[in-house]
Amino acid sequence: MAQPMLTEAASEPVLSLKNATLRFGQRTLWEDLTLTVKPGEFVAILGPNGAGKTSLLKVLLGLNELAEGDIRIGGQLPHRGNSEIGYIPQQKSFDRDLPIRGRDLVHFGFDGHRFGFVRHDKNAWHRVDEVIKEVGATQYANSPIGLLSGGEQQRLRIAQALLGKPSLLLCDEPLLSLDLKSQQAVSELIDSYRKRFNTAVMLVTHDVNPVLTMVDRVLYLVGGKWAIGTPEEVLTTKCLSRLYGTPVDVLRVRDRIIVVNTSENEHHHIDKQPVETDHE
Amino acid sequence: MNNLPFYLSQTFAQHALLAAIIVAIICGIIGPFVIMRGMAFAVHGTSELAFTGAAAGLLVDGNPLAGALCGTLIFASIIGLLGVRERERDSVIGVILAFGLGIGVLLLSFYHGFAVEATNILFGNIFGVSNGQLLALVLIGIGSTIAMLIMYRPLLFGSVDPDVAEARGVRLRLIGLLFLIVLAFAVTEASQIVGTLLVLSLAITPAAAAQRLSARPVMVTFISIAFALVASVGGLLVSLASGTIKTSVSITSISFMLYIFARLYSKNPSRKRATANSTTS
Repeated sequence: MAQPMLTEAASEPVLSLKNATLRFGQRTLWEDLTLTVKPGEFVAILGPNGAGKTSLLKVLLGLNELAEGDIRIGGQLPHRGNSEIGYIPQQKSFDRDLPIRGRDLVHFGFDGHRFGFVRHDKNAWHRVDEVIKEVGATQYANSPIGLLSGGEQQRLRIAQALLGKPSLLLCDEPLLSLDLKSQQAVSELIDSYRKRFNTAVMLVTHDVNPVLTMVDRVLYLVGGKWAIGTPEEVLTTKCLSRLYGTPVDVLRVRDRIIVVNTSENEHHHIDKQPVETDHE
Repeated sequence: MNNLPFYLSQTFAQHALLAAIIVAIICGIIGPFVIMRGMAFAVHGTSELAFTGAAAGLLVDGNPLAGALCGTLIFASIIGLLGVRERERDSVIGVILAFGLGIGVLLLSFYHGFAVEATNILFGNIFGVSNGQLLALVLIGIGSTIAMLIMYRPLLFGSVDPDVAEARGVRLRLIGLLFLIVLAFAVTEASQIVGTLLVLSLAITPAAAAQRLSARPVMVTFISIAFALVASVGGLLVSLASGTIKTSVSITSISFMLYIFARLYSKNPSRKRATANSTTS
């Protein structure tokens, strides 16, 4: 009897959204969003600024509430401080004098959110060093965080997010303002981890190209509308033109995807949008 | 100089010593967070409102400490409940500070008691600590210290990396408000010792010096407490020994010298980026 129950639990989606709608006051960011994410799946979330990509992550983190619809993470309602979720934000600049080393930043992922007296926990620090080693950040883990490069910082942030062995990794523009080499290194790190531990990844990005070969599916949000599917299904002239409601051309150049807006009057709008705009 | 042992056997000096120790500890703990959160101006604003409160307390029933506490708590609540964003915060503080200070001056003009009471509010009077006040200082000090120890982790996380902290479940507004309340208590305590005008010398300077010497958060807190203790207790002893130098003057001077020393010494390797061949432990 235990066997079927086990398999049922294993096939249970990490995340499911049913007819979900998010509104801020009068404004609807997206509506009727239905989507399930399986363990180990890599989903890229694309769309122009203000389409509600980050807000979607905030719903999953329990920081925003849906106006309508249902959402489950590992069968549960979203709540603050969910230990099943790891979170990686975009790189930011820290004050050079900030008295925090790389290791301390990673250690926040352990119990940094909890009230109570601080105790020196050898096992926790051991685990911190282990994860730092896994992401290849040992060399600079003892340096003040304000002196590290964007790429180095992001490795430590990944280590922090992985500390609790999450089943769902939420990444909000983790590659933004990194150089190409770091973009590649950071996205490969995320990808290899999700394969090893069967962790689902939802990654918000304005440029799909660095992760194009890794993603299983793409969720594209535009002005309240959305589309989900493999990159081949969603990143097409037909699909994006429908979403934007204006002619959009999708070009494939080797492994890269370039989205070109062909109607000049919509230029301003499309300029702020995802993937890559190419105007000659 | 020879007077020192005699003074230290006197109750008034012992009271002062105890008060100096308590104030140094709580200021040493909050200092690094004040810097991390960019709240130096908030500390200054809070202490100016301690002045207004103290003036009111003096006028109503001759109790500046209770008044100062009310003033700082009201100020902290206003800043905290408005939930002001960092950039807005300073201008709001400036607005309230200026108005509060004006009220304070008005209140003092109604006060016809001893003029020295008024200057004590501004420049502190560590030797005027009564039994009742000392008890209040001890209780406030212990309470604030325990509060800081309990919220140390989420406060640190939320100060360093608010976005991720929030994603991990830290309630930023709650934490911010709690810290402002502790700050109000600490500033009230410090203003009894160094006066409302010189609070920053204990609430900022030791922590700023400590930050130059280490990049480890717990270590910075310890150094900050140690520097605050050296400044306040040292300043008290210098003042007692000299007999002429006012305590707040010697405290601010020692505190400043420690900062200069730390800046000169900050070639410390722990503040540098680790190199490729550094340890792997």
